[in-house]
Amino acid sequence: MATTTETIPAPAPTRRRAERGAATGLRRFVFHLLLTIAAMIMIYPLLWMLSASFKPIDEIFADPGLLPNTWEWSNYAEGWNALPHPFEKYIWNSMVIVAGSIVGNLVSCSMAAYAFARLRFPMRGMLFAVMLGTIMLPIHVVIIPQYILFNNLGWVDTFWPLIVPKLLATDAFFVFLMVQFIRGLPRELDEAASIDGCGYWGTYLRIIMPLCMPALATTAIFTFIWTWNDFYSQLIYLRDVDLQTVPLALRLFMDSTGTTNWGALFAMSIVALGPIFGFFLAGQRYLVRGIATTGIK
Amino acid sequence: MTDNDVAVVRAKRRSPGPPPEPAPPAPAQRPDPAPRKGRGTIKSRERWAALSFMSPWIIGLLAITIGPMVASFYLSFTDYSLGYGEWVGGENYARMLDDPRLANAVKVTAVYTFVSVPLQLAAALLLAIVLDRGLRGMAFYRSVFYLPSLLGGSVAIAIMWRQIFGTEGLVNQLLALLGIEGVGWVSHPDYALGTLIILHVWTFGSPMIIFLAGLRQIPTMYYEAAKVDGAGPMRRFWSVTIPLLTPIIFFNLVLQIINSFQSFTQAFIISSGQGGPADSTMFLTLYLYDQGFTQFDMGYASAIAWLLLAIIAIFTALNFLMSKFWVFYGDND
Repeated sequence: MATTTETIPAPAPTRRRAERGAATGLRRFVFHLLLTIAAMIMIYPLLWMLSASFKPIDEIFADPGLLPNTWEWSNYAEGWNALPHPFEKYIWNSMVIVAGSIVGNLVSCSMAAYAFARLRFPMRGMLFAVMLGTIMLPIHVVIIPQYILFNNLGWVDTFWPLIVPKLLATDAFFVFLMVQFIRGLPRELDEAASIDGCGYWGTYLRIIMPLCMPALATTAIFTFIWTWNDFYSQLIYLRDVDLQTVPLALRLFMDSTGTTNWGALFAMSIVALGPIFGFFLAGQRYLVRGIATTGIK
Repeated sequence: MTDNDVAVVRAKRRSPGPPPEPAPPAPAQRPDPAPRKGRGTIKSRERWAALSFMSPWIIGLLAITIGPMVASFYLSFTDYSLGYGEWVGGENYARMLDDPRLANAVKVTAVYTFVSVPLQLAAALLLAIVLDRGLRGMAFYRSVFYLPSLLGGSVAIAIMWRQIFGTEGLVNQLLALLGIEGVGWVSHPDYALGTLIILHVWTFGSPMIIFLAGLRQIPTMYYEAAKVDGAGPMRRFWSVTIPLLTPIIFFNLVLQIINSFQSFTQAFIISSGQGGPADSTMFLTLYLYDQGFTQFDMGYASAIAWLLLAIIAIFTALNFLMSKFWVFYGDND
């Protein structure tokens, strides 16, 4: 009895497993091969630009390979000083806007999110719907009156038009992100805090904010990347040469001398992409979470 | 603080209309010996707290979003330009009808959107399904495919694209290795838009991540049930994976169409702000910028902005209407 049950089914599974092992092994290899080819195609332009930033100009136009034959380090020095200001000026300007935007988004969006997620007040549902609607509103529809408004305030050619909206939680996407996150926190914590004598502000500051760190990190990283990459509103509000940011400086560089000096232009492009790449490496977990839970790049 | 809140709320409680307007934040000190006990105190306190937490957002909504929206609609009926403007009725909208550059801009934007979005989503879905098989090194591949979508919107990448697809650019160098002589893709009216479409497809990483998250949500028991019923891998893909993924596909479709109608930076950089060659990359957004911030014809530019909004709204609504025929929502939940 025992022997029959042992011996009869035994050969079939092993053979099948062996066949399947070979098949999946081959299939896995093909998958990896195709994926690697696809990944190479995706990443090749970036690697090529990195290598081109070290190439002399004639080599950029002649050699599609990834290793420079002659290393032209001077591209970086040249690009750094090619514009009216040294490049650190533009980096500094971008950083100021980025820092203001991050602080603004973290404070204002988390406050609104706390109210939406935890407090009861009239028309909450309607206001929440309005908030969701503003995520989808194209900036192009409001940019002209905004420009007129900021122009009348004397704020054109200052950083204020780029920072003040963030202090007023106009990046509704992050409000939504944090509402979703706060809703996932157990309400008992709020109640315990309230019994211990915490008011709404105390609960917000001492209970909700510390627990929201992952959502806050996601917000900070996305704000960094979006603001660092932002071109449209900086193009509109910053015309003064002293206030140019990294994207504006690159554009200026390209339109003035860039097409004759690709090496230096690429070098500065690499400098511009560097911080994003750094955040990508350091904060990937938060980025993926942010996208996966809310669905916006 | 709480005493203050109560005092202010008490003062305001009788004002009509549930959401009090964004009054300036509570005055720091207002000594008011109002008795603290009374009906509705906790409720009012909560409302007042909500108002104070919401006040930045409410001010932003009114001053930065809704106010400008209303103003933009009004401006579209004027010939406003740099501080001066008069009511011109529907003239701006009439002017649109025989503005060949505008018609071209609508066409260019539409071609860009309706070619690049399906290609981008197809690539995203394909790679998501491949990566979902749990291969070793999947996290690495995911990162590599995702990276371009983080960088894709930047000026630096647009500059890179301009060189890659230039007359002596990387693409033509590679084509030369195959013995093919390329053209200046970016400077050729027939191909310039194509390079922008490729750039958009290149950034398929973020919808891919959303697809991956969606695939994880599909309960394995469906696959097991299908297997028991004798469904092969293809059958399981078409009858389990795809139907259960349709809400995600729909979500990505809506989002990407809305986004791509608003594309600006890449076309601006690649065409040096001109929308050229021969207006072949003149997106609606570029035309709006040209009219509003180069010609300072802000009335007409506002009308273009509302045309853009209307187009986006119509296609989003169409999307939702059509979703009834192909999007599958499970009956649980």
